Amino acid sequence: MLLSYREALNQAMREEMRRDTRIFLIGEEVGYYQGAFKVSKGFVEEFGPQRVVDTPITEAGFTGLAIGAAMAGLQPIVELMTMNFGIVALDQIVNNAAKIRYMSGGQLSVPIVIRGPGSAAHQLGAQHSQSLEAWFCHVPGLKVVAPSTPRDAKGLLKSAIRDQNPVIFIEAQLLYGTKGEVAEGEYTIPLGQAEVKRAGADVTVVAYSKMLLVAMAAAEQLSRDGFDVEVIDPRTLKPLDLDTIVTSTKKTGRLVIVEEGWRFCGLGAQIADSIYTAAFDYLDGPIVRVTGEEVPMPYSRPLEDAAIPDVPRVVAAVKSVCGAV
Amino acid sequence: MTDMDRDDLLSLYRQMLLIRRFEEKSAEMYALAKIAGFLHLYIGEEAIAVGAIAALRPDDYAISAYRDHGHCLARGSDPGKVMAELFGKATGLCQGKGGSMHLVDLAHRFMGGYAIVGGHIPLATGLAFATKYQKQDLVTVCFFGEGAVPSGQAHEAFNLAALWKLPVIFICENNRYGMGTPVHRAVALYENVAEAARSYGIMAERVDGMDVLAVRALMRTVVDQVRVGHGPFFIEAMTYRFMGHSMADPSHGHYRTKDEVEEHRKRDPLVLLRETILGKNLCGESDFKRVEQEVNDVVAAAVKFADQSPFPAPSALHRDVMVED
Repeated sequence: MLLSYREALNQAMREEMRRDTRIFLIGEEVGYYQGAFKVSKGFVEEFGPQRVVDTPITEAGFTGLAIGAAMAGLQPIVELMTMNFGIVALDQIVNNAAKIRYMSGGQLSVPIVIRGPGSAAHQLGAQHSQSLEAWFCHVPGLKVVAPSTPRDAKGLLKSAIRDQNPVIFIEAQLLYGTKGEVAEGEYTIPLGQAEVKRAGADVTVVAYSKMLLVAMAAAEQLSRDGFDVEVIDPRTLKPLDLDTIVTSTKKTGRLVIVEEGWRFCGLGAQIADSIYTAAFDYLDGPIVRVTGEEVPMPYSRPLEDAAIPDVPRVVAAVKSVCGAV
Repeated sequence: MTDMDRDDLLSLYRQMLLIRRFEEKSAEMYALAKIAGFLHLYIGEEAIAVGAIAALRPDDYAISAYRDHGHCLARGSDPGKVMAELFGKATGLCQGKGGSMHLVDLAHRFMGGYAIVGGHIPLATGLAFATKYQKQDLVTVCFFGEGAVPSGQAHEAFNLAALWKLPVIFICENNRYGMGTPVHRAVALYENVAEAARSYGIMAERVDGMDVLAVRALMRTVVDQVRVGHGPFFIEAMTYRFMGHSMADPSHGHYRTKDEVEEHRKRDPLVLLRETILGKNLCGESDFKRVEQEVNDVVAAAVKFADQSPFPAPSALHRDVMVED
């Protein structure tokens, strides 16, 4: 069935909440407003305000509350209106959610999902347009997921909810309205499994979340110029399915990594490091990274467009790694 | 007055003395480099942990900040396992992963010590949220210093607790100093820090934190109210830290005078309870001697256990980062 990314997330949470009453959704505007981006549409009507909990605008407070509730046996889903607001809750996420199991010698666990849209939409300005996945990936104790398609969004969110670790689940505002085929009924996609979204022989492109769509469009364009591009979506950023990327890179000998986040210490730097370690001898040339520009996101549309990777930049990167520029 | 009264009072005395002697011994062990890192002693404040926890049921939750030995021991944790944790040994409560500031004993519903000031207060509201959500008639007690009261996370937690009538009791241990900064230089309403909670509509009361019987009496009333759904309560327990902020800080330092410390030592909670017991002619010197001997034996055994226990094996390093580990 054809579903939007938004509807897929809605289905995933709805099915899981019907299955297990320990699961509740908490965040700003998740209830009567139906979710700031309408992801929880119909939830308060079905599950009631006890399980669909509207909060004041206090991310540290309600994220901390959800972590405490998880310690006492519940399975909270925290909706951050945007992942940018996760910075306000970062003490709770980094110092509590990620560490409590380890600090307690395994006595406690924090089965929580913290989800919401990351990355830029259109002209939302510097404070609402950030791709912070590298921050979360840096912290031991967290899993980080960033699906690109409705099918992956549903299957991965269900797995994230069932996972007994804290999971940061990064959506994208510009993906909410995108549509894709989603299987009928119950299914999950395991965390930590990449997927080859397009098979090819000449060059491997790794991209996730919104950038997967950019990479796919670039691959399509490149195919018309005779470049056979393989596109891999890690889907889960941590733990990263390195094997799939290594296998592909060994086959193609060329790797381009696309991410919307800032270049310095970005996720692509980590992936490149891992590939240099695991498959250096198979590379025909240096790995090329396509990243966001190192600026706070500007408001003005032409400047914003210039700050975010796009199809021409991915095309150019693929051509350069193929020695075709 | 009956044997029951005598046993009851001696039991409180014994618990406070255990914390006192345990911590005096841990200071010695610190000097011998058996314990390292930060070690924050609770000496002088024992009546609060013992009085408050005496009013709880074993299945109620307690959670604390980094000065947590007293709360953990009062909850009934094995002194040997607590000392072993301070020693960083594999037999410690948290297998040596937590240390002095991060004691956790799930079996005794001690949900941990946390070392980011104010950061555990939202967790306490979450524990209370979970018990209410699951319709359990449990209360959560959250200990923190007056230094945490002005923190944003405390205020967010107070608001959520009041808003949702959560069964949580906030116990502010007002020892008059946040590290070296006196309360009047840190809290705007320093003469009545409970106003911070009252401003959210939380009932609050002040108690003499040196008087274990007063603490317990107030807590019994408060616990009864909170357990049946009257919403949160804030207790300001007036106390004094006889030792430095941590082992790195001499007992008075530059920020307070020796005379001031000596003045407060006259109201040592152990001395006060002892005088009460003697005043009621409930027992004589021989009973106190017996308790002293028992406690000293327990502490000596704890040190012996900790000292003889092995350090964690290298294989423990990566265990319990994630649930799967």
